[in-house]
Amino acid sequence: MSEQPMRRPATPMLQQIEDRPGVREMLLGVPVPFKVFGAVFGLVGALVMAFIGYLVVDGRLEGEWYDVRDLGLAVQSLREWLTDQGVDHRITWIITGSIGGIGIMSVLGGWLLIGSWVERRVLAKFQIRMGPNRTGPFGLLQPIADAVKLMSKEIVIPFGADRFLYYIPPVLIFVPAMLGWAPIPWAPNMNYLDIDVGVLYVIAISSIGVLAVFLAGWSSNNHYSLLGAMRTVAMMVSYEIPISLALLSVVLLTGSMNLGEIVAWQGHYHVWVIFLIPFAAFAFLFASTAEINRTPNDIGEAESEIVAGFYTEYSGMKAGLFMGVELGHAILVGAVMSTFFLGGYTFFGLEEWVPGYLILATKIGAVYFLFVWLRGTLPRFRLDQLMGFAWKFLIPLGIIQAFIVAIEASVFARSDAPALITLGAFGVVNLAITVVLVRFWADRLGYSPAQHRTVPTLVSDGTLGGLKAAQKIRAT
Amino acid sequence: MTTSAEPFVLNIGPQHPSTHGVFRLRVVMDGEIIRDLDMIVGYLHRSMEKLAEERTYTQNIPFTDRADYLAAMTGNLGLAIAVERMTGVEAPDRAEYLRVIFAELQRIASHAMANGTLISDAGAWQTPLLYMFREREKILDLFEMTCGARLTTNYMRIGGVSFEPPAEFWPALQELMDEMPERTDEYASLLLDNEIFLARTRNVGIITPEDAINGSLSGPALRGSGVPWDLRKAEPYCVYDRFDFDVPVGTVGDVYDRFMVRMEEVKQSVRIIKQAVEQIPPGPHKNDIPLALRPEPGEIYSRVESPRGEIGFYLVSDGTPAPYRFHLRSPALINLTLLRELGVGSSLPDAVVTLGSIDIVLGEIDR
Repeated sequence: MSEQPMRRPATPMLQQIEDRPGVREMLLGVPVPFKVFGAVFGLVGALVMAFIGYLVVDGRLEGEWYDVRDLGLAVQSLREWLTDQGVDHRITWIITGSIGGIGIMSVLGGWLLIGSWVERRVLAKFQIRMGPNRTGPFGLLQPIADAVKLMSKEIVIPFGADRFLYYIPPVLIFVPAMLGWAPIPWAPNMNYLDIDVGVLYVIAISSIGVLAVFLAGWSSNNHYSLLGAMRTVAMMVSYEIPISLALLSVVLLTGSMNLGEIVAWQGHYHVWVIFLIPFAAFAFLFASTAEINRTPNDIGEAESEIVAGFYTEYSGMKAGLFMGVELGHAILVGAVMSTFFLGGYTFFGLEEWVPGYLILATKIGAVYFLFVWLRGTLPRFRLDQLMGFAWKFLIPLGIIQAFIVAIEASVFARSDAPALITLGAFGVVNLAITVVLVRFWADRLGYSPAQHRTVPTLVSDGTLGGLKAAQKIRAT
Repeated sequence: MTTSAEPFVLNIGPQHPSTHGVFRLRVVMDGEIIRDLDMIVGYLHRSMEKLAEERTYTQNIPFTDRADYLAAMTGNLGLAIAVERMTGVEAPDRAEYLRVIFAELQRIASHAMANGTLISDAGAWQTPLLYMFREREKILDLFEMTCGARLTTNYMRIGGVSFEPPAEFWPALQELMDEMPERTDEYASLLLDNEIFLARTRNVGIITPEDAINGSLSGPALRGSGVPWDLRKAEPYCVYDRFDFDVPVGTVGDVYDRFMVRMEEVKQSVRIIKQAVEQIPPGPHKNDIPLALRPEPGEIYSRVESPRGEIGFYLVSDGTPAPYRFHLRSPALINLTLLRELGVGSSLPDAVVTLGSIDIVLGEIDR
């Protein structure tokens, strides 16, 4: 018995996991051509960055078409050049618009591919498992394999479904996920749709999705679908209001409904709105998870209750489109969240050096990671709890917050004090008011955390029995 | 303006993510509210009790694996003890300790599964389930080391156990028992401060002690309602009377209490296993018994505490090697009978969580 115990993995799969090489071994095992390519790639990248840095310091890069920090300038120069050549302005707009549209669509497509891989791998890490690792290095080709599999599957149309309406939703639900990208500024001149009512545009576009959801639920002729659609519609209608109130606070503070100007305001004062109005940021994030059907508010497609909710009856690539657009919506919310609350393409002066679109992409990735984190951590609310949270908590507090921000905005417009001090004071005041209000409101709603966490009573010998013993224990 | 809603019928199952097997609920829904609820079982019926009448008592032990497939050890144990009481065969002391160790390991594994799926039913996307599988995997590894099987163990024998655990079993068991308190604390810290989890489980699916006793409930479903009843203490079998452990009981009888009772029972099981490992005597692990055991004509009802409650065996012998009648009292089936009272009037998500907290295994319900 004294000899060292033999530890053997239980299964061949566990053996494989134990035998898998570490990062160091994997790096040592990389073929030489890849190493050379990596070294050259890194070197070229460093040289390009150094060259950009030189140009920035030299001041030669400002506003030129080859300024890689702002790809919008190249398109602008192209448009001006075409106009100078005497090309009809409609053709000019079509050409430049197509370039921008292709850009947006490839961004969305790229995010869909990368995002689904990231979601599965990160979720696997949260759940102490390995995630997809069979297709390509680190399972990187998994999204492609998924897409091929989904496309090769049969599309079953349920008996009694409204065939015409059944076909529309998978396409229609992609419309807001794509159109929503238009006003997002990626760099000072790099937005597809530079309109002065960008906020209204975002809110309006985000309500299109509910139509697709309701059509899907209605046309499938399935009770699960119908329940999911009912839940989703009720929830989306409720959560539009907290979103609008949160964005209203931002608009009041920054004094503009143009998304580019909101970002420029944050860049100018070197402060993000999330530090100034934390409650609005929280309300927006929470309400967004309800809008896009993600945990903890994924009651529209609650797996353990109504299977897949409104898209239960969809199969093959139609179901794949619903799943993909869920991801696309999450990315879009990340972009809107970054633009309104996280400073958009600015990062405290770093945007002078690093391309703004890379900064924005990093922020979108961070928000998306937060969504994956929530999904890996939290259980789901019940419908009545969720609606109660919107109507009893988020909307009243959102109105109060917007009122306070309106006062602050007028003070800010009139005061002569340095902006940093005023804004810092606003941030502290808003945070304090949020804390006090949330505590007060929670008390008003009768919430008391002390009652919540109870542990079972431990009974040892002598008190075992039936009802009388139970009553005796309850009495003590 | 008036609105009128027409109730509609929703079939939950037999294939559904949260029915824990092939169980069917026929629910009449009025919006989100359940107006009526029918439970339809029998999709996994394999006629075990009839088949058992054709086999000897020892040959019937594998059936108990397949009945409650998440707690095969306690099923084995129940039958083995029933036949031993019927025939007067005794198991050696070491075997009784091994039975306790494996039954308690099985209880930990089964409770981990039950609590993990309960939180999955509440909507956590499988993360708690996979965390709880971590311990379950190690326990199943221990089972595999000892008897070669992970799920359908067929380990207990009439008059002992089938194998002596190998040498590497004891350090691995010790290691697992040392890390278990840490793990249970980790779950408590992750789950019990989670507002959503509390909101979904507190005051949901309340079973009063009166209802629980009238409904003949047993196991964590009964103890969650505050009734201190545990066969390991009330009618000690094996060597349970030699160990020091407590019986946790809940206060309200809601889903949360049933969850917490299971969490606490895991800790108590760890206590029992630690004491058993210290006390276990050397000796044989099995007594020799006749190949064809012929009990005297007569009948017996014998019960043990399975992770789901009181699993009972009613055996009738006519003096032949095969039982004349073999009946299994399924704790999950009897616990499930209360679901209609709990479900009607509540909403669909609450009913799903309540079903998860009752912790059913369809293999045992349908048999």
